[in-house]
Order: sequence, then structure tokens, then C-alpha cells
Amino acid sequence: MAALRVVVLSGSSRTFLNAPKTIRTPTANMSISSMSRSRKVALSTFGVITAGGAGLALMLHQSVKASDLELHPPNYPWSHAGPLSSLDHASIRRGYQVYKQVCSACHSMEYLAFRNLVGVSHTEAEVKAIAEEVEVVDGPDESGEMFTRPGKLSDYFPKPYPNPEAARVANNGALPPDLSYIVNARHGGEDYVFSLLTGYCEPPAGVTVREGLYYNPYFPGQAIGMAPPIYNEVLEYDDGTPATMSQVAKDVCTFLRWAAEPEHDQRKRMGLKLLMGSAILVPLIYYMKRHRWSVLKSRKIAYKPPK
Amino acid sequence: MALAKSVYNLLFRRTSTFAVTIMVGAIFFERVFDQAGDALFEQMNRGKLWKHIQHNYEEKDEE
Ligand code: HEC
Repeated sequence: MAALRVVVLSGSSRTFLNAPKTIRTPTANMSISSMSRSRKVALSTFGVITAGGAGLALMLHQSVKASDLELHPPNYPWSHAGPLSSLDHASIRRGYQVYKQVCSACHSMEYLAFRNLVGVSHTEAEVKAIAEEVEVVDGPDESGEMFTRPGKLSDYFPKPYPNPEAARVANNGALPPDLSYIVNARHGGEDYVFSLLTGYCEPPAGVTVREGLYYNPYFPGQAIGMAPPIYNEVLEYDDGTPATMSQVAKDVCTFLRWAAEPEHDQRKRMGLKLLMGSAILVPLIYYMKRHRWSVLKSRKIAYKPPK
Repeated sequence: MALAKSVYNLLFRRTSTFAVTIMVGAIFFERVFDQAGDALFEQMNRGKLWKHIQHNYEEKDEE
């Protein structure tokens, strides 16, 4: 409507039209440009206040978090952190070795089966050999007895304790959580787990930690029931990588990220293809839009009053 | 222009050839696009994927 009025009022169209009077067109008071000045001012003030208030609330919310009595983990430069970066599979493989030799003494990973490792960190033959090392209770057989057999690809990872109660008793009453989805289950994900594993230290002066608990600034409450699980040379890597504490923590975190998100690489691969597809489609659609609208954008509508 | 015109006359003018062109074109486009995407992803993540480290572990069982 406003556009129409502009066209009608501008000089060239008036000479075209030969109309003596300007033409009043009825306008519905809907568009911004047809609003009165005061309404515009009121509306923009309202908008600024709303956006500013929301921003302020967000900032305050953040700073309230920062005053908590807990240390937030820094952002580590994971090699899989980029939007299109895959996991480092050599690191997953080492991380599995760490889990198997260290963490699995206390932590279960009940949602992972041996077959999940095939084509991710190990070959099928290797995984079969790994699985055969564990004894799995199966059955009942024809006589109703349970029996043990060597593990198969389809078996799930063995659990260190038969039930949570047994796990608590063995760990001073603290339950070692299942690690299958741990990096998704904690704020900070692998940054948190890395910081937790490497963050053990002496409690500051004046802080006493109960018998059987350990001081860790990253753990909510600072006193954790897990003894420091890793240190330099806690194990020897099969691929010869020096097993420093941070290397071990990094590898096990990469492994835990994969465990919690096995679709990680596929997701990023699809994301890349989506971007490639959009790079073709978006310009095409933009061109099409301009093309279709060119008629509407360049037309002039004139009202010629009957003589 | 001459090319566009002959493509039009040859393929897009008749509905039957048009439909066949689109379908065959889709198959080839899909294949090329998919392989290009995979190649790019593997190039960007060179050395990190299982595909790139697999040979280290397979040679062992052949010996
Ligand atoms: C000696 C047994 C033991 C070993 C070995 C062990 N943990 Fe723990 N872990 C525990 C216990 C017990 C807890 C529960 C602590 C608590 O709630 O106070 C725990 C808790 C955790 C938590 C959860 C912390 C939280 O925020 O709730 C993570 C993550 C973790 N362990 C990772 C690991 C990793 C990775 C390894 C291997 C490098 C490992 N643990 C080895 C006993 C162990």
C-alpha cells in the first residue's frame, strides 16, 4: 500500500496520470511504514527493552553459575571438536585398552558389545580373540543348568560386579557409574572427565577430606570416592605411544565419547554432505525467488479515475 | 547456447525422454555427489579414521 502511494505521489507518475489531485488510498494500519511516529518509537523501545532484558538475564544466569563452589573444566582442543572433525580412531583403540586394563576393574559399560568395536578400533579377528578371553554365563542347557562358555562377538562387556550393591560394598559405599554414556551424562562431557581424571590434588589448607574419599576440585562437592585411577605409565600401550597421564586420560575420553555417541563420525559426514547440498540448492532457490518476484517488484500499478 | 538448444531438443522436449533423463541423471548425480562428499570428509580427517589405520592391524593376521 505504502509503495503504491509513493508511486502515485512521485512526480513522474503524476504527469503520466494527468490527475489534478493526489489520490487518497485507504490503508489498513498494518505495516511499519504506515505507522505514526510515536507508535514507531513505542514499538522500538519495547523491542530494545525486551532484547536487552533477555540478554541481561542470560548474562546474570551465566555469572551466577560462575560463582558456584566448583571448578569448571576448560575447553580442551579435542581432535574431534570441529564441526566436521571425526574421532581419532587410533585414540579410541588406545582408550579401549585403558578402559579394559584400568577402569573396567570398577566400572561397567553395559551398553557396549564386543561387536561394536569391529570396524571402529579393531578388526573382527582381533575382537573375536578379545571376546574369547572372557567367560560368559549362558544357559540353561537341556538339563536346566547354567554353564560358562567363552565370549562371542555378540556378548556385552563383562561387568566388574554382579549388582550395584556389591559395587558399593567394594568401593566404600560409592557406586562407580556405568561409563557407556558418561560423557553425555555429565556437564562438560569429555572436558569434565579429562579434568576429573587428571585433576586430583592435595586439599587446600583447612579442608579435610573424609577417610576413603579423595580431593578433586572438578568433582561437585570436591570429595570423590574414586581413588586416582591413572598416573604416568599406568599401562603400556600396544602401539608404543608413551603412556603419560594426560595421554591416557585423553585416549580414554576419546573412547568414552565414541561409546556415548557411536554415530559421531556418520553424523559429521552427513553434515558435510548437507552443507555441500545446500551450497548447490541455496543459490538456486535464491535465484528462483528473484526470478519469480522480478515481475512483482518491477510493476507499477496506477489508478486512473473515471473521467 | 547451441549446446543448450540441442540438449533441449534431444532430451527435455518430450516428457518421456525428460522423465528418463531426470531419473538417470539423479542416479549418476547421487553417486558422484556421495563419493565426492566421502572423499572430502576422508581428506579432511586423514589419518584419523579406521579406514586409514586398519592396515596396521590386518597385516598381522595374514602372517
Ligand atoms: C578403584 C575403582 C575405580 C577405578 C579403577 C576407576 N573408577 Fe571411576 N569411579 C569409581 C567410584 C567408586 C566412583 C564414584 C565416585 C563418587 O561418586 O564419589 C567413580 C566415578 C567415576 C566417574 C563419575 C564422576 C561423576 O561425575 O560422578 C567417572 C567419569 C569415572 N569414575 C571415570 C573413570 C575412568 C575413566 C576410569 C579409568 C581410567 C575409572 N573411573 C577408574 C571407582 C573407580
